[in-house]
Amino acid sequence: MSRRPALAALLAVALLAAAGARAGAESLVTSLSTHYVRITANFTGADLVLFGAIERDARTVARRGGYDVVVTVMGPRQTFVTRRKERVFGIWMNVESRTFIDAPSYLAVLANRELTDIASIATLRRLQSGLDQILLPQVIAGDIGDVALDDPLRSAYLRIKRDQGLYREAPNAVTFLTPTLFRSAIPLPDNVPTGVYEVDVKLFADGALLARQTSALEVVKSGFEQFVFTAAHDYGLLYGLATAMMALLTGWLASIVFRKD
Amino acid sequence: MQIYLPIAEIPVNVFLVLFMGIAVGFISGMFGIGGGFLMTPLLIFIGISPAVAVASVASHIAASSFSGALAYWRRRALDLALALMLLAGGIVGTLAGVWLFSLLRALGQLDLMIGLSYVLLLGAVGTMMIVESTRAILRARKGRPVEIRRPGSHTWIHGLPFKLRFKTSRIYVSVIPVWAIGFAIGFIGAIMGIGGGFLLVPALIYLMRVPTGVVVGTSMVLTLVTMASATVMHAVSNHLVDAVLALILMVGGVIGAQFGARAGQRIRGERLRLLLGLLVLAVGLRFAYDLVIQPTDIYTVRIIEKQE
Repeated sequence: MSRRPALAALLAVALLAAAGARAGAESLVTSLSTHYVRITANFTGADLVLFGAIERDARTVARRGGYDVVVTVMGPRQTFVTRRKERVFGIWMNVESRTFIDAPSYLAVLANRELTDIASIATLRRLQSGLDQILLPQVIAGDIGDVALDDPLRSAYLRIKRDQGLYREAPNAVTFLTPTLFRSAIPLPDNVPTGVYEVDVKLFADGALLARQTSALEVVKSGFEQFVFTAAHDYGLLYGLATAMMALLTGWLASIVFRKD
Repeated sequence: MQIYLPIAEIPVNVFLVLFMGIAVGFISGMFGIGGGFLMTPLLIFIGISPAVAVASVASHIAASSFSGALAYWRRRALDLALALMLLAGGIVGTLAGVWLFSLLRALGQLDLMIGLSYVLLLGAVGTMMIVESTRAILRARKGRPVEIRRPGSHTWIHGLPFKLRFKTSRIYVSVIPVWAIGFAIGFIGAIMGIGGGFLLVPALIYLMRVPTGVVVGTSMVLTLVTMASATVMHAVSNHLVDAVLALILMVGGVIGAQFGARAGQRIRGERLRLLLGLLVLAVGLRFAYDLVIQPTDIYTVRIIEKQE
């Protein structure tokens, strides 16, 4: 990620903050370094920068405890199935499975300190902030609902997604530049799914939510990658025939090139 | 050098994939097998989803078997008539296999079924080939001439009606077992997601008594047709063929297949069968290992493909 978009984002925040807002309460102004992440042939992941400013005016009360910020980035929803293996007659086979319906394909919870220090568990649960607080609807005996945090299938799901780099909770990823200006880095690994991502910024003070601001960013394939993807999806037969022809051509060329007689 | 694959949706190292293509291509050219049973697990190992791996490997196999088939065609080591007869049975078998595949998937435990059938099939075929070829090698070593084909070695298969003469293979057999073999290969291939070359080669050698030299080229023709049509079918039905991945694999595959075909011609028939037997058995044992040994993670997470 070059410095220029990050700088532009910072400028935008400063200008918007100067414009002022409703009196009394704090409000949030945020800006992303880019709202459009392009996946090209040499894509190996991206780092986005989010800048935010907390607006106050003369009538805003002083916050002795300082401000806390929680940034939640959520990727497009997908349905996953988590399975558990067990040894049956000497062979490891899947014995238990659980379907996670419309779970975020990507989830990053970034904050300036530990979430449990920012607000109470009850507040965090209500706002669905944090990997342990987010609601993960699952199919259980025909019903749909979430289960206890220590449920083995639920924690295995979170652990595997975290290992893939797609879920993360970082209590040190938001940095305050001044008491009212902050920045945060949003890491997108190379295996990010394409689609629309929701960026949700929450401002806390003394354990209470003061302001909230949401924006979106989009991860798209571009150029050749986009062309191949569209061709495969919209013109399946032609695409298949072209691939098969490509195979025959490659095979034929090789037999010509390597011909010895 | 990393390149992002548009359908698999992950970046891979071009040279690693190219090398994998060359290695599997060499083996496939040498033994006249598609190599799907080697390539698919390799791709899954580097992080490509099983569905994309199976679909893209089909076109890679089509390319390397076409270049291999052309090389054998020039040497006239290929029986086109036999290949066409096998194909007739193969198409019916594939249709039946696809039908059973969807049925098994609906019942769950498909992974286990595939794993078990790999172990049983590869283990049995591999052991059989090793035993037979070792005997042949030992016989040759004792000074006795390598047994070609005794006139008395006819089995009940050769007593069936509707006989046809396959000139290149120098056999005169009924079309019924030929169709049956074709059907079985197509059926098993569709269920296990493989071309079935490693089953066809021993079946032709041991059941039909086709000379080893001709078997390899003939098997390649069959593999070529089934895999080219599998590519189109996969592209139409689930849009999971990654052309970029396929192209890298193909380029490596055809180069490897050329050298493999040459190496295969230089090795004596029974030695070639011993090597293939060892390879098949090794892969079978690898699958058995996965089933028996405790996995590093007993939990797995899979995306459920959206039904379109």
